[in-house]
Amino acid sequence: MPTLTIDGKKITVADGTTVLQACEKLKIDVPRYCYHPGLSIAGNCRICMVEIEKAPKPAISCQTLSTEGMVVRTDTEQVKQVRSHILEFLLVNHPLDCPVCDQAGECYLQDYYMKFGLYDPKFNENKVKKQKKAFPIGPTIMLDQERCILCSRCVRFTDEITKSHEFGIVNRGDHSEVVVSKEFVNPYSGNVADICPVGALTDRDFRFKCRVWYLENSPSVCPGCSRGCSIEIHHNDRKSHRVEPKRVMRLKPRFNEEINKWWICDEGRYNYKFIDDNRILLVKGAEDWPSAVKTLASKLKNLAALSPQSAAFLLSPQQSNEELFLAEQIFAQLFDRSRLFLVRPNALGYQDAFLIKADKNPNTAGARALGFSYAENIVDLLSGEAEKGKLKALYIFGQDIVSLFGDDARKLLKQLEFVVYQGSNRNETAPLCSMTLPAAVYAEQEGTFTNCDGILQRFTPAFAPLPEAREGIQILHDLAVKLGIKCPGPKAREIFARMAEKAHAFKGMNFDRLGRMAQEKAALC
Amino acid sequence: MAESILSKFIENENALSIDRYLANGGYEAARKVVISMTPDRIVQEVKQSDLRGLGGAGFGTGMKWGFIPKNSGKPVYLAVNADEGEPGTFKDRYIMERVPHLMLEGMIICCYAVGCHRAYIYVRGEYDKSIERLEKAIFEAREKGFLGTQIFGKPFDLDIVIHRGAGAYICGEETALLESLEGKKGFPRLKPPFPAVSGLWGCPTVINNVETLSYLPSIILKGGAWFAALGSAKNGGLRLFGVSGHVKKPGLYELPLGTPLRSIIYDSAGGIRNGNRLKAVVPGGLSAAVLTADEIDIPMDFDSLKVKGSMLGSAGVMVMDETVCMVRALYITMRFFAHESCGQCSPCREGTGWMEKVVGRVLAGKGRTEDLKSIAETAKYLTGTTICALADGAAMPLGSYVEKFYSEFEHHVRHGACDLKPELVT
Repeated sequence: MPTLTIDGKKITVADGTTVLQACEKLKIDVPRYCYHPGLSIAGNCRICMVEIEKAPKPAISCQTLSTEGMVVRTDTEQVKQVRSHILEFLLVNHPLDCPVCDQAGECYLQDYYMKFGLYDPKFNENKVKKQKKAFPIGPTIMLDQERCILCSRCVRFTDEITKSHEFGIVNRGDHSEVVVSKEFVNPYSGNVADICPVGALTDRDFRFKCRVWYLENSPSVCPGCSRGCSIEIHHNDRKSHRVEPKRVMRLKPRFNEEINKWWICDEGRYNYKFIDDNRILLVKGAEDWPSAVKTLASKLKNLAALSPQSAAFLLSPQQSNEELFLAEQIFAQLFDRSRLFLVRPNALGYQDAFLIKADKNPNTAGARALGFSYAENIVDLLSGEAEKGKLKALYIFGQDIVSLFGDDARKLLKQLEFVVYQGSNRNETAPLCSMTLPAAVYAEQEGTFTNCDGILQRFTPAFAPLPEAREGIQILHDLAVKLGIKCPGPKAREIFARMAEKAHAFKGMNFDRLGRMAQEKAALC
Repeated sequence: MAESILSKFIENENALSIDRYLANGGYEAARKVVISMTPDRIVQEVKQSDLRGLGGAGFGTGMKWGFIPKNSGKPVYLAVNADEGEPGTFKDRYIMERVPHLMLEGMIICCYAVGCHRAYIYVRGEYDKSIERLEKAIFEAREKGFLGTQIFGKPFDLDIVIHRGAGAYICGEETALLESLEGKKGFPRLKPPFPAVSGLWGCPTVINNVETLSYLPSIILKGGAWFAALGSAKNGGLRLFGVSGHVKKPGLYELPLGTPLRSIIYDSAGGIRNGNRLKAVVPGGLSAAVLTADEIDIPMDFDSLKVKGSMLGSAGVMVMDETVCMVRALYITMRFFAHESCGQCSPCREGTGWMEKVVGRVLAGKGRTEDLKSIAETAKYLTGTTICALADGAAMPLGSYVEKFYSEFEHHVRHGACDLKPELVT
């Protein structure tokens, strides 16, 4: 545990901490290009130089280990001069095409020039030209070698993290180039655009869609699989949804030491179009929301009076813990608890040993913790009941059962008196239902998901639901009020508090402690 | 000439074939160390000799060996740096071509001292003859039992592998050499860890130059103190000075360290050709700062030249007479470094290419006064800002040429042409 002094401030750090990391702890901004906390140390950009007392020359802070009694200065004239000259070296062959560069606004060269550069350029020569300007190297990434500063982050990412070794640097001197050995097809390809500090590797999906300074940034949790990676939703709120019907521009990974570190998979990264596209926007089967809730409440009441077996509820592992808990609170009072079925809305998919899980739902573990388990052959079971006249109504939470079960599902839907579809996106099932309730997507609501390792994460709305859509918990709460059933809500915080009292797996947990980064480990039953 | 250690072998090729070498006392030193000396004793002797790394860095050889951790549980390797690429340097080539056994014997001594059983010789790819003769020498030594298992009947095994370089100057940098040996791109490594702790394949590794190793047999036979006394303080023994350029007798001269540069140029190499005036000398390979004709009264050892802001380096003395345009000389120098920069660190990658263009523009008569300032400034920030010393090696000539021959550069800027008398330009 060495204690060192940086710019006059003393700090004690763990063994093996580099000077750069110690500076970060003191909130001292040290510029860096090649350094990335998730990758090995390359030490090639040379901009993180600091002065170390008794050392003959400035040293790179990313590689230098903190030692006892070390005296570091990051604010001397020499350090400033070295940084600005290294920045000048980096920029001599870098094209000044910021106005047409999609990295502008989140480019380390721009940022550090403003913060550590501001020199009068001396370069008066022709810049080195590379063969091609920008070209796709795979389905997701564009490469512009002229903008590349050869920090080798992408090379190290594919060597060390994905171990797929697509990237390499060829040639020498200022003719060095980053190249790919084959088409860059990789389930984690998007990360190289994230870690590229300049505009050399850009995301083909995002390129030229929106200038980054128009983006708002909301922390969230990826709903793409049971891993539940921490993400940021980058959305543009300045354009009206009615004019240009796109709010979400891209998803980015958000550092989470316990789950995804700095990375996310492409499956999750590009899984955002459903937030804006193909949404269910209107209530169907009723004039408006109040009348829909009223109709639904009276239908359910009548059915419950008829028989506690007369309705079935298809809950989904896409729903938050709060929504599942609330559904149970309401429907298990009216009907038999056994009428609540957990139905997987999708098939098992690709998985690997890194982040991607086969279970493509964010809250399977949460549903399990609340006492649900997957129902087998649900359509067969319900069809049998419907034929016998036992089952009259079905309440579907987002599952597209028609595409999952085909004609069997179609037949079932026809047999039933009353089918409610509560979901966010249009699909084959919704049009066949008697009532459709437009629900919000995860990015529009608040709640918690429990990931495959039992880690509970809270997500908050990035923006309000589309005009007619409502949060799932809001819909359920309104329904409960109409039904005269006492239940917590409509805010997720209130529901969570009740859940922490009642549900064993959430015992003693506190919603407010589930901050942006903090999670609670749920005791999985 | 007082002593001649290597040159007496080189002149007569007395260590070219093993029989000839044995007749001249060959492998006696190797036999002595393996049979009767402890590794510690050898290291002590070499430390006492003040033998310094003759590849150019001048690091104490005995001290370097002393850094090899004992009982690390990993094999120890010796990598011989025979990637002689420094312009102006041609000493290792003559050792390998003419007296390969001398170096092999030095390798046996070194390997025995550091506990190495597998040594690599990384030879510059263009050195066909060196490779051919080394291969033959290794074969001969193996036949005689000087290499292989149970050397001199003792439980000491050693085998030597030749690795041919592929033409990159940077692979003469010791850690780039290791990367290249491992089959990777020749990028110098970040230090620490130093090769003595984690070198070839992560194992303790000694990297020594051909000439350094070749002096070992005589040090073993005649003693470290004897060798140390031949040179100047802390700069033990002799070394081969490769004199090239505008002298009457260019060639290799084996002289004590500390011999005045003037004496090397005028006594050994016969003075300047055609009765011309001396203009400039690069004392230690292209990476060394240039000296003017007024600065040649300097002892040629590592420490004296360092004080002067230059370096002894590989002792490749390049002599330039008054017919040389210093702008052109610097341009050629910068073209070399820009071409050979590995491209890893940003200052060197971008800076060497940039400076090649600036000096080229000055040479072409399109320079501006600001350019000279920017050259000096760039030289300053190329120094000490990179992983390896290539950028320092580019900065030394860059800064020193412009500083010491400023008027010549200024003339180019002002008049767009050289101030040399046309009749002098060859």
